[in-house]
Amino acid sequence: MFPRNFIKLPGFGTIDPFAEMAQMRRHMDALSDLFLRGSPTAREISAGVFPLVNITENRNNYYVRAELPGLKASDLDIQVTGKSLAISGERSIPPEGENVKYHRREREAGKFSRVISLPGEIDNERIEARMTDGLLTVVVPKSEAARPRQITVS
Amino acid sequence: MAESKELQVKEKQEMAPAAEQTRPGLVFTPRVDIFETDADLTLLADMPGVSSDNITIDLNEGVLAITGDVKPWEGPDESDVLVEFETGKYFRKFTLPGTIDQQKIEANLQDGVLRLRLPKAEKARPRKITVNAG
Repeated sequence: MFPRNFIKLPGFGTIDPFAEMAQMRRHMDALSDLFLRGSPTAREISAGVFPLVNITENRNNYYVRAELPGLKASDLDIQVTGKSLAISGERSIPPEGENVKYHRREREAGKFSRVISLPGEIDNERIEARMTDGLLTVVVPKSEAARPRQITVS
Repeated sequence: MAESKELQVKEKQEMAPAAEQTRPGLVFTPRVDIFETDADLTLLADMPGVSSDNITIDLNEGVLAITGDVKPWEGPDESDVLVEFETGKYFRKFTLPGTIDQQKIEANLQDGVLRLRLPKAEKARPRKITVNAG
């Protein structure tokens, strides 16, 4: 239950105090997660690359979903090679004019690029992607061979 | 300015509820930008997955509350392969200065981003005072 790698001895590589701080923070987060929820949460297995994705499957398809608020379909570039899906794009937040005074600025703009490996064989020709309300959904059909087959016992 | 920056993963902030919820589910704090000009105050909030009929904007005694409901988007027959982010409601509250003209608030939701324009009442706009050399 308790993560064994909780205390990690510093390596002999380059010493970066900020990296160590960040690592410590992650450990603290993981710890507080453990106590507050009692189970490993999504963040522990996340790849840490923007955008975070959720993948689900049903009999015929994989569904890859990511939250990309403020992005339009034209801001995205999706490519598929073999079993991997590359999603890249850029979020731009247009400037609001000369005379604005900010109270809060939490939203961020920038580029991103990520590759996701799908667990099974896919049909590259029929992939569909859509953006709705800042949510990207990529429907990736499984290849004929990867679909589960019902076998009747006679 | 931010053109070349790489976007980093930022975990969604889960909100500590002020009151116990009647409906189960996670509640997240949307990330916002708030800025003002002489004429108005604008609030932008990232609420991916919220459609315009699922958003509630409530202004009561100078407190602006934004609630966005996210309908589960998974089909009933889908099972999880990888879960990196969780979904739930969005909720955030702000106290507004008393100078907002509440009748003229405009809200617009596009691509999961809410844009709220809160015009300032006429009397609250800054006036330029010229100093006469005497």
